[in-house]
Amino acid sequence: MITDPMLSYPYRIERVLKETYDTFTLELEPRDAAGAMSFVPGQFNMLYVFGVGEVPISISGDPTKQKTLVHTTRAVGTVTKAMQKLARGVLLGVRGPFGTHWPVEEARGRDVVIVAGGIGLAPLRPSVYQILSQRDNYAKLVLLYGARTPEDLLYRREIDQWNRRSDIKVDVTVDRATGAWRGNVGVVTTLIPKATFDPSNTIAMVCGPEVMIRFTVVDLQRHGVKTENIYISMERNMKCGFGFCGHCQFGPFFVCKDGPVFRYDRVKDFIGKGEI
Amino acid sequence: METLEPILAQHPFLKGLEPNYLKLIVGCASNVRFNAGQYLFHEGEEANQFYMIRQGKVAVEIHAAERGSITVQTIGEGEVLGWSWLIPPYRWRFDARALELTRAIALDGKCLRTKSEEDHNLGYELLKRFSNIIVERLEATRLQLLDVYKASP
Repeated sequence: MITDPMLSYPYRIERVLKETYDTFTLELEPRDAAGAMSFVPGQFNMLYVFGVGEVPISISGDPTKQKTLVHTTRAVGTVTKAMQKLARGVLLGVRGPFGTHWPVEEARGRDVVIVAGGIGLAPLRPSVYQILSQRDNYAKLVLLYGARTPEDLLYRREIDQWNRRSDIKVDVTVDRATGAWRGNVGVVTTLIPKATFDPSNTIAMVCGPEVMIRFTVVDLQRHGVKTENIYISMERNMKCGFGFCGHCQFGPFFVCKDGPVFRYDRVKDFIGKGEI
Repeated sequence: METLEPILAQHPFLKGLEPNYLKLIVGCASNVRFNAGQYLFHEGEEANQFYMIRQGKVAVEIHAAERGSITVQTIGEGEVLGWSWLIPPYRWRFDARALELTRAIALDGKCLRTKSEEDHNLGYELLKRFSNIIVERLEATRLQLLDVYKASP
């Protein structure tokens, strides 16, 4: 069990999965029992590529199977581009888990609407796993997922599997159709009016680019979901992971410690403000 | 004889519309179906209808010589396709093609325009409902244009 939040523990890459042309998933296992960790959906870890740097990456694996730590990330910066080149057997440093979690427990007995945009599906996937593992404890489960193009869709095989289940309703859309795509075309917010759920008894969890989150929240509210039942996950320049360094300050909050998951009404006065 | 009134009343677009207006509108409505691949209309044609989709999916497309048909949006169950019948010069600006078997109610735009001119309350009610759709589509198009999922380091 990790006790010092500043101390990275060595984890070995057990598997590398190419999700899309620029997105990949790492499955990690601790080198020894001292580094084992448990997490709740929505939390993130600081992953350290030795000699290159450290980045915050949300945990995207199954919280009911904690032996393996799963992280999906996009190769966009120096560290993640270096991470993309790593192979099975290589060691990474891991600190965490950090941050707040999705309201999976609070949502018991209610409808759950999960809205994911782009790589925002990664931090939401643990919630889907957890809810599906205790499916009888929840009413309707709806997953609405939007991506840039069909080639950008994450976890396609898994989404197909969920689609075949009767206890989760999955709807996928892309902003731009390419190739032989026969599915929906349009932004993820266009899926909200088509989804069947009881807005007065719904917990919504939203993750994606911040602009997408803002549009989604407006549409959820328009369809009757109460502001206090909408949760979002935010991203800022997180460095230490526990509110010590101040890099991720967002108004009165530190995103690494008070977030990344926030109840929307707590941040609504700050989100979208260019000055913050 | 069974009319389309109960079907119209259940469609989200006309939900809550006063019964006397439903009775007026039903005279302009007809049941239609399109097989997968079949076009509902083509760009430039006269726009005399709109469609309330009951089942299936329709792609709104535009043809570009160098890229073929580009789908800009799909419209599905519970949604409304087409507002060109409402605004001069009453010509479709895009193609619409059924992606799968699609059942819809077609509303005769000319008929509705005439009834709206005769009863401005009906016209205002329809305009309010179409304004909502137009605003939602405009917002969605703006979000689409922002290309929010594009990688940025």
